[in-house]
Amino acid sequence: MAIFLTAESRVLIQGITGSEGRKHGARMLAAGTVVVGGTNPRKAGQTIELNGASLPVFGTVADTMAATGADVSVVFVPENGTKGAVIEAIDAEIPLCIVITEGIPVHDTAEFWAYATQKGNKTRIVGPNCPGIASPGKSNAGIIPADITTQGRIGLVSKSGTLTYQMMYELRDIGFSTAVGIGGDPVIGTTHIDCLRAFQDDPETSAIVMIGEIGGDAEERAAAFIEQNVTKPVVGYVAGFTAPEGKTMGHAGAIISGSSGTAQAKKEALEKAGVRVGKTPSETAALIRDIIRSA
Amino acid sequence: MDLFEYQAKELFAEYGVPVPKDKVASTAAEARDITTAFAAEGSPQVVVKAQVKTGGRGKAGGVKLADGPSEAYEKAERILGMDIKGHTVHKVLIAEATDIKSEYYLSFLLDRANRTFMSICSVEGGVEIEEVAHSNPDAIARVPVSPLTGVNHAKALEIVRAGRIPEEAAEQAAVLAERLWAMFTDEDATLAEVNPMVLTPDGRVLALDGKVTLDDNAGYRQDHQRFADASATDPIEARAKEKHLNYVKLDGQVGIIGNGAGLVMSTLDVVAYAGEQFGGIRPANFLDIGGGASAEVMANGLEIVLSDPSVTSVFVNVFGGITACDAVANGIVSALDMLAQRGEHVDRPIVVRLDGNKASEGRAILREASLAVVEQVDTMDGAARRAAELAAAKGA
Repeated sequence: MAIFLTAESRVLIQGITGSEGRKHGARMLAAGTVVVGGTNPRKAGQTIELNGASLPVFGTVADTMAATGADVSVVFVPENGTKGAVIEAIDAEIPLCIVITEGIPVHDTAEFWAYATQKGNKTRIVGPNCPGIASPGKSNAGIIPADITTQGRIGLVSKSGTLTYQMMYELRDIGFSTAVGIGGDPVIGTTHIDCLRAFQDDPETSAIVMIGEIGGDAEERAAAFIEQNVTKPVVGYVAGFTAPEGKTMGHAGAIISGSSGTAQAKKEALEKAGVRVGKTPSETAALIRDIIRSA
Repeated sequence: MDLFEYQAKELFAEYGVPVPKDKVASTAAEARDITTAFAAEGSPQVVVKAQVKTGGRGKAGGVKLADGPSEAYEKAERILGMDIKGHTVHKVLIAEATDIKSEYYLSFLLDRANRTFMSICSVEGGVEIEEVAHSNPDAIARVPVSPLTGVNHAKALEIVRAGRIPEEAAEQAAVLAERLWAMFTDEDATLAEVNPMVLTPDGRVLALDGKVTLDDNAGYRQDHQRFADASATDPIEARAKEKHLNYVKLDGQVGIIGNGAGLVMSTLDVVAYAGEQFGGIRPANFLDIGGGASAEVMANGLEIVLSDPSVTSVFVNVFGGITACDAVANGIVSALDMLAQRGEHVDRPIVVRLDGNKASEGRAILREASLAVVEQVDTMDGAARRAAELAAAKGA
C-alpha cells in the first residue's frame, strides 16, 4: 500500500514549464512516477518534452484533472504565485497537493490553509517548503532522490529534506514504505500526527522514524498522539540542540522563542511517550535497525 | 526580524494606532534637544527608554523618567552604552510622559499549533503576558482570528470584551485593535504586541510600548530592509548575507559547512556531542550552502567560515541527494584554488564527509587532489569526532 502516494497515483505539475518543474518532472518520470501533465495558464494547449515523454500543458488544475484523471498535484510555482496555485488546487478538489516552493510568506500559507479548511479539507496539503513524498518502487512526487533507497517496511516523516535523504540512505538495505517530507515552515498542511496515523493504519509499514527540529510544539503534540494511538514502534530524532534562542536556523520555522521550541523539550516529550530518540542520525538508524531485526 | 520599540511605534503611527509623542536619539545631546522641543510644545516630562530587542529593560535600569532637557541628557547619557542581557544600548527613545489610569494587553500573532492567527487580550497589562498566564490565567483571552475574515469592528469588540477591557476603554481599544490588525497583515508581521495599552485619566487609549516581528519570507514584497540594524548584526553574518549565504554565528571552534538546514542543524549537534570528549569543543557557526554546492558557493562558504578567528578546524558535511558528491568534491578543490588566488592562506584543517549520490567518485577526486589541509572521514559521526579532535589540538 504505502501512504498518500501509491503506484496508481496520477501526478500533475503546477508550474511544469518552469526550470524547477521541468527538471524535477523529468526526474519523477525517470523514477517511474505516472506524470500526466501540468499547468501554465499562459501555455495552455502546448506540450512539453520531459525525459522523452511528451506531456500536455493545461491552463488550470481542473482542466488537467478532467483530461488526465490526475489526483496528485506537485507545486513548483514561485513564492509570489504559490498561494494562488494552491487555492486553485483546492477549488479543483484534487485529493493531494504537495507544495515544494520555499520562502512563502506565512500569511499566504495561513490563508490557503484556512481556505482548505473552509472547503472541508478535501485536498490534503503537504508542505510548503518540503521535499515531497516518496513511496519507493511505486511513485515519487517532489524532489526526493529516487535512487538512494529501496522499497521496504519503514515509514518516515520529517521536517527536513537532507535529513530525510540521509536516513533513507542509511537504511537503504531495509527500505521504506513511504517517506513524507512535511516541511520546515511554521505553518504546514500535513503534520507529523497525520503521517503517524496513516503509518499506523498502513499494513505495509511496520516501524516509523520521526524526524523533528526546533521550533513550535509539533513534536510534543506528536508524542502525545503516539502515546495514545500508535502501537507500531517509533524511533525519533530531533535536530537543533545547539541552536541559540531567537535565531532562525535555515528553515523559517526553526526558531526557539524564549524557552519554547527547544530540542531538549521535544526529545523529553518523545521519550516520555516511549519513543527511543537517537543522539545522531546514525544512532537513530541503528535504533530502527535493531527494532526491525528483532521483529 | 524583530523590530526595536521605536520602529514598532513608527509602524503603529503609520496605521493610526495612537502612540505618545516620541522621537529616537543616538546621543545624550539629541535626547536633550528632543526634550527641549517637546517642552516647547507643552510636554517637559519625558521617559528615556533604552532601545534593545529584549525584555526586562525597566528592571535593568534602562527606562527612566526625566523632568526637562538637562535631566533627559543625564539619563540618556547613563542609559546609552548600557548592557542589557548582552544587548548594548545604541539608541534611546524619548517619549512624552503619559499619565496612566489602567494598563491592558493586546496582541496579534501567528498561532503555529492551530495554523491560524490569534489575538491575545487582557485587562492585566504592563507585565510580561507569560507572567499573567502563570499568575492569573483567567484574565487572558485567546481569540482565534481567521486569515480569511480578519478583524472588523465587531471582531475587534469581541476580542476586547473577551479580554474584559472595561467599557470606558472598550470602544477606543477596539478601534486600536482594528488598526493593529491592518498593520499586522499589510506588513506581513508574525507578532504585533501592545503592552501596555493604556487608558489615560483623560480617557484616551494609547499604545505605550510595542513589539513587532516581521516575516523574513515576505522580504520580496515588503521593504523590511529599512528596519535592518547594522549595529546589532554580527559582521561575519553581514558579509555572509551579502554573499547570499545562510550563516549564523555561534561561539565554538569548529566551522561548519553543510547542505540543507536540517542536516546542518544536526551537524552542529553531532559536533557538540563529539566535542564533549575534547574539553567542550563546540560548533562555530551554522552555514547551509543549499542544494547546488557549486565551487563558487563552496569558496564563499569556506572564506566566510575561515574569517572567524575562533575557528580552529572546519567540517564540511555533505549528503548528496540530487547534488552529486563528485561535483561537490570538484567544488572543494576549485574553492581552495580560488581562495589561494584571492590570497587567502588556508592553514586550518578541513574534515570532509561525503556520502550519498556519487560518494565514491567524490572521495576519489579529493584523494587524488591530495590537498594538505583536507582530511576525509566517511561517516558523519566519525568526521565530527575528528573535526572536534583537530580543533582541540589546534586550540591547545
